Amino acid sequence: MAEKVLMKGNEAFAEAVIRGGCRFYFGYPITPQSEIPEFMARELKKRGGAFLQAESELGAINMTYGCAAAGGNVFISSSSPGISLMQEGMSFLCSAEVPCTILNVSRCGPGVGGIQPGQADYYQMTRGGGNGDYKIPTFAPANIQEAVDILYEAPMLADSIRNPVAVLADGMLGQMMEPVALPEQKKQYSPDEIAEYKPWALTGYNAKADKKRAVVKSLRLQPEALEEHVEKLFKKYRQLEKELVRYEAVDLDGADIVFVAFGTMSRLCKEAMEILADQGIKAGLIRPISIWPYPAEAFDKIDFGTTKVVISTELSMGQMIDDVRLAVNGRLPVRLIHRTGGMIPTSLEVVEKAKTILEESK
Amino acid sequence: MTPVFTYTKGMTEVSTSYCPGCTHGIANRIIMETLDEMGKLGDAIGVGSIGCSVTAHQFMNVDMLESAHGRAPAVASGIRRAQPDKLIFTYQGDGDLASIGTAEIVHAAHRGEKFCVFFINNAIYGMTGGQMAPTTLIGQRTTTSPEGRTVEQAGRPIRISEMLATIDGAVYIERVALDSPAHVRAAKKAVRKAFAVQEQKLGFAMVEFLSTCPSNWGLSPSDSIKWLRENMIPYYPLGVFKEPEGLKND
Repeated sequence: MAEKVLMKGNEAFAEAVIRGGCRFYFGYPITPQSEIPEFMARELKKRGGAFLQAESELGAINMTYGCAAAGGNVFISSSSPGISLMQEGMSFLCSAEVPCTILNVSRCGPGVGGIQPGQADYYQMTRGGGNGDYKIPTFAPANIQEAVDILYEAPMLADSIRNPVAVLADGMLGQMMEPVALPEQKKQYSPDEIAEYKPWALTGYNAKADKKRAVVKSLRLQPEALEEHVEKLFKKYRQLEKELVRYEAVDLDGADIVFVAFGTMSRLCKEAMEILADQGIKAGLIRPISIWPYPAEAFDKIDFGTTKVVISTELSMGQMIDDVRLAVNGRLPVRLIHRTGGMIPTSLEVVEKAKTILEESK
Repeated sequence: MTPVFTYTKGMTEVSTSYCPGCTHGIANRIIMETLDEMGKLGDAIGVGSIGCSVTAHQFMNVDMLESAHGRAPAVASGIRRAQPDKLIFTYQGDGDLASIGTAEIVHAAHRGEKFCVFFINNAIYGMTGGQMAPTTLIGQRTTTSPEGRTVEQAGRPIRISEMLATIDGAVYIERVALDSPAHVRAAKKAVRKAFAVQEQKLGFAMVEFLSTCPSNWGLSPSDSIKWLRENMIPYYPLGVFKEPEGLKND
């Protein structure tokens, strides 16, 4: 294991994705992730890549589409309203099966909202705001090391599945500092190697062994052809639902309450669990790490003999709770503890609300 | 026997989906014929857009990408980063480039992106059925300007070549027309110059083609040519708006 260094989240994310193989970054400044374009502007050129500040997030995602379609390994980051603008491009990337790594360092909405951390982009990231049937594997780390480990693997995962891979890290993770161990640099592919590594990429057909031209597109005017294409995409997504599920399950056996929380909120839940334990209430936690595919299987591990209620705990008005209800599937009551607008509850606040909900559920 | 006219290897051997009398086919052909003559078909990457140009990838026999509406210059900027030595071009209509894609075209020009833009201006939205474009002439009837475009409602038609010529990073800007054999030959020379600008890495290059849309203008192909000549050319004057000094063009 490499030596640990103290790094700010946003800079650690950027370094991790470079070490994971990304060499191109297209971005537009937005709080609370502007350290990422700043870091890429300093680093990428000297590491054999390119940074380009786009005219808008629309520009950035479409530069990503072009660069990645031409075989470049691309990373793109933004925050909530900027991600909204990128959704059209994400739909195109998925349909055209062009890989890239996407990071949302999320803030509060709706609208321009505020710049404090929030989790109200859960729908945006797991349902997608772009048109049509598509899915983007999305991971929600709870600390900087976990984010680094996910972002390090994301570029090659995206390449292997020919689809964007996304990370949802709320603004708290982007702005905090934590000790982190950075992995070794992975291999990059030079422009000369791309035609072989990615035979579907736009390299000019002279570069291809078979001299066949590449067409990257999402248009299929014939309904039969489009249906066949979307069915093919979903065959891939169904396989990813089996392979990419990740979660942490803590103290489910004998629990009175099971919290469900991701990212920053899961850290507050872990503190709340300790306080509740001191008061004689046993609380467990399901922490989704992959939020699509959602780890529904984790809910089968709940101790249905002891648990009275499942509490989705979110920094939003309750968005993940829909997936929690689907996963619980009527076996237990599902309740919500939340703050929004950039307000972060204290662990004591979570404890008090959880105790009230437990009393109501008995 | 020496053939006097043949298929260009730059076009796939399929029938285009363009309407009879539409000049897209001519524009497609002269761009691809130029790349063929340069021996660069295998080193070229084209970016189509949304509108009638959405199907260009079926006909242009090079590596092609089909971009979202208006975003082709951003896409081409991205391709340029991954493929620094290829010949890259976008092919965009006036709804795409002059309306929804103004931010992307202005900033690509402003950055002096080293690719070519081929801009088809037919003063109307073709694919969606003849709505008013930013380039629609005053008085021109379309499905969204049924009584003719007025200055009060929609302003005057935008002159893209003149606007982009004011940007430092845009080094070669020419407007051509596809209404006569002489103008088509001039258009092909402009295409060749635009690729020469790119090969010499001089900056951003755009050729604007005044084109016809008989179906949506409600005119016959021959009357469309006449309408282009009598109405479009006076408002959109032909010529070179900007050309780099020291451009070598063989």
